[in-house]
Amino acid sequence: MASYFDIVLRSIFLENLPLSFFLGMCTFMAISKRVQSAFGLGVAVLVIQVITVPLNNLVLNYLLKPGALAWAGLPELDLSFLGLLTYIAIIAAVVQVLEMIVDRFLPALYITLGIYLPLLTVNCAIMGGSLFMVERDYTFPESIAYGFGSGAGFFLAVVCLGGIRERLEYADPPAGLRGLGLTFITVGLMAMAFMGLAGL
Amino acid sequence: MAEAETKTELLSRSIFKRNPIALLILGICSALATTGQMTTAFVMSICVTLVVAFSSMAISMVRNRIPGSVRIGLQIIVIATLVILVDQILKAFFFDLSKQLSIYVGLIITNCIVMGRAEGYAMANPPLASFVDGIGNGLGYGFILMSVAFVRELLGSGSVFGVEILPLTTDGGWYLRNGVLLLPASAFFLIALIIWILRTADPGQQED
Repeated sequence: MASYFDIVLRSIFLENLPLSFFLGMCTFMAISKRVQSAFGLGVAVLVIQVITVPLNNLVLNYLLKPGALAWAGLPELDLSFLGLLTYIAIIAAVVQVLEMIVDRFLPALYITLGIYLPLLTVNCAIMGGSLFMVERDYTFPESIAYGFGSGAGFFLAVVCLGGIRERLEYADPPAGLRGLGLTFITVGLMAMAFMGLAGL
Repeated sequence: MAEAETKTELLSRSIFKRNPIALLILGICSALATTGQMTTAFVMSICVTLVVAFSSMAISMVRNRIPGSVRIGLQIIVIATLVILVDQILKAFFFDLSKQLSIYVGLIITNCIVMGRAEGYAMANPPLASFVDGIGNGLGYGFILMSVAFVRELLGSGSVFGVEILPLTTDGGWYLRNGVLLLPASAFFLIALIIWILRTADPGQQED
């Protein structure tokens, strides 16, 4: 049990996807001007991460790994070179299905999340989560913990940044630094603050 | 002659005036993580340039045959195939480098520059122009990557491309390394500086 808790904590604070691996930066920067939209994006990432990381873990273990197809009578087949293509296809499919389900059963949530869901297909954080899972050889339960932790880490970071940027609108930086430049510096400071948690 | 000129314009435009990272905030995801050393940044730039150039060309070739509703899926498949090729080549011939770049090669698939050029340029322009545009954008990306990596490696580890320039105190030299530049956070500050410089030089890019 302790090890799962450890994975969750690590992926939220120490190995925060946007702040220490720079993943999902594009959406992270683009949709953090307001806390409310940042919140929507964060929830969407969290949900998709919890579903896709374990799903890709199953696909890796039962379809792609060398010898994984032994149950189908093909023990020598090694499909791991198809990995990248498969993961992105699965992510795209999950996003699509999730969008339809949310639209059908939770219309209120759909209005908040709606526009962010399709965007997340090409989000590096989602893809990165699955690739880290593959690289670190997580088991199925571990991958659930990692999916949750990395999603929660993104959520935390994007909401914090949203809050800071709302305040920054009233600041008066040099003209060339306004907007994007200032956001980068803020994110850099946040990354350093998160590193302070390394002693946990 | 006029033809050649527009091609050069296309190339230089994406490096400075419409730099994908500094102006359009695209593809930052992988840009920052590989800049701790010049070598990884260099390899990453080459990979991205090749993938953007060839995916733009391929998509531009079939652009008139793709139905609008499935174009995103098709673009992703073309890009993913190219990235798998690059990944396998790196694994086969430069195994150490491919270990260092770890997941970031795979993440070229979701790099917004590649998708952005495919969607924004290649879908509407002929193959050759798309190819040049792809190379230009790849170089623009590489330009930022290399500048950041140069500062980080020189001041953080006292070397360039792994060759020692400033002898470190730990090895009996005089240069005390600046540990901050080895941290991920430093890349954010450096990019902010580059954006600041580019936008001061060209006020048209400033936000209000």
